[in-house]
Amino acid sequence: MERFSGLSLLRHALGGHQGWKPFWREPEPKAEYDAVIVGGGGHGMGAAYYLAKEHGLRNIAVLDKGWLGGGNTGRNTTIIRSNYLFPESAALYDHALKIWETLSQDLNYNTMFSPRGVLMLAHTVHDVQVFKRHVFANQAAGVDNEWLTAEECKAYCPALNISQNIRYPVVGGALQRRGGTARHDAVVWGYARAADAMGVDIIQNCAVTGIRRDASGAVEGVETERGFIRTKKVGVSAAGNTSVVMSMAGLRMPLESFPLQALVSEPVKPDFPCVVMSNTIHAYISQSDKGEMVIGAGTDAYTSYTQRGGLHIASHTLDAICELVPMYRRLRMLRNWGGIVDTTPDRSPIISKTPVKGLYVNCGWGTGGFKATPGSANLFAHTIAKDEPHPINAPFSLDRFVTGRFIDEAAAAAVAH
Amino acid sequence: MLIIPCPHCGPRPELEFRYGGQAHIARPVDPSPLSDEEWASFLYSRDNERGIHAERWRHIHGCARFFNVVRDTTTDQILASYKTGEFRPEAV
Ligand SMILES: Cc1cc2nc3c(=O)[nH]c(=O)nc-3n(C[C@H](O)[C@H](O)[C@H](O)COP(=O)(O)OP(=O)(O)OC[C@H]3O[C@@H](n4cnc5c(N)ncnc54)[C@H](O)[C@@H]3O)c2cc1C
Ligand SMILES: [Zn+2]
Repeated sequence: MERFSGLSLLRHALGGHQGWKPFWREPEPKAEYDAVIVGGGGHGMGAAYYLAKEHGLRNIAVLDKGWLGGGNTGRNTTIIRSNYLFPESAALYDHALKIWETLSQDLNYNTMFSPRGVLMLAHTVHDVQVFKRHVFANQAAGVDNEWLTAEECKAYCPALNISQNIRYPVVGGALQRRGGTARHDAVVWGYARAADAMGVDIIQNCAVTGIRRDASGAVEGVETERGFIRTKKVGVSAAGNTSVVMSMAGLRMPLESFPLQALVSEPVKPDFPCVVMSNTIHAYISQSDKGEMVIGAGTDAYTSYTQRGGLHIASHTLDAICELVPMYRRLRMLRNWGGIVDTTPDRSPIISKTPVKGLYVNCGWGTGGFKATPGSANLFAHTIAKDEPHPINAPFSLDRFVTGRFIDEAAAAAVAH
Repeated sequence: MLIIPCPHCGPRPELEFRYGGQAHIARPVDPSPLSDEEWASFLYSRDNERGIHAERWRHIHGCARFFNVVRDTTTDQILASYKTGEFRPEAV
């Protein structure tokens, strides 16, 4: 792998930038691998990277039915934070946040992690009580989160309208300064480049169409669009399509898939210094380095695989954005799209073994799994390599729906990215 | 926005309705002998079909009644709607 540095950039500049090589190979699938990851999003690609790097499994492949990162990884609004309520969640998301902080150096690839602060606005008495409970719980767990008054919110994010005569006035906010954003494509490309360098085969445009099991029920391999691939370990990291893939092994999942939308404006000069989220009025906004306002909307009411979503959902979010930052009324929107997010009943993810020997699943990240990408990938690799969960992901098992040991962020946070 | 045909009121915009999830999941008549796995499956496991899906809707801002719809989740096209208690139409 060519190491990127200021010097390598200079050398390529002198060569007229003609000498850059593709970041990864395009190998033919082998007949057999030690492990196969289904889904080349950030979570799946990252899991392959950690399997190779930390567990010495190098004869492995990542299969994706489309292009790398073409799922939710390339469609999300990239909000990263770890201030979740329950200790299990805070530990999981903070594990990820700590990896984010050094990921670019680790991968020798600029993931553009930008800890610019994530401010969650409170608009009602209920919000204030819930947010303060989060702030105190986080502080007790060693995760940074602090309460700001409306005036302090405005000082942190001057574009905000904090006048008290709007429909849902800002009455304060919870700020996690270590939170922020990262470049979505760069994350999956960085993992892909580094994993490929360790021998991992990345096979795009290769949908998994079946999971073959032997007489004892254990995984024997996967059927794909490019033939059968033998393997004893399959890690499914297929986000919105997880139910479809798991049904190939006869498993019915506690998941429902919904469209979730985002949109970006035309690029403008730097104006919005941080990430602002509001669950109550359903709006999320930050500004990309290109200058676009990146806006996250809500999910549709019904399950769907269409990757678009209803226009009334996006326009509802724009109503909220225009009230929060009235001058953005004059921004033109450039693009709007949707991704399919897989949600669990308690709105916490699943990183787990399954009742099928050799089959592992990482799913249920719903509307908020980008922030967890490096942590989730790292723990999923551990679970696959050791055939048992890491202590951090042990509570996020599939069988919690049988035992009743929920991690009920649904009740704690409602929807949030 | 979907236009949803309520079997009682006719076609109306999606905003008048609330989604009720997968249809035809019957509550076990006697839950007590069920294993934890069976009970969890009833409560939480869903087909989450990529394709033809039978689902419940409730016309909350209309007749307020529950009914069933068959929809293709890859196109969002609605193929049938029918009253609660009726069988899912054969053809779809
Ligand atoms: C609009 C939107 C905004 C979001 N905003 C945020 C946010 O601000 N912050 C945040 O933390 N999270 C956010 N999320 C959620 C986040 O995007 C996801 O949780 C996360 O990216 C999931 O990553 P993944 O790698 O698991 O999935 P994906 O990137 O979706 O990867 C799954 C891959 O599996 C492949 N696949 C599926 N079926 C098969 C098959 N049969 N065979 C082979 N391959 C298959 C797909 O092609 C896909 O590439 C948002 C999501 C959306 C849609
Ligand atoms: Zn009606």
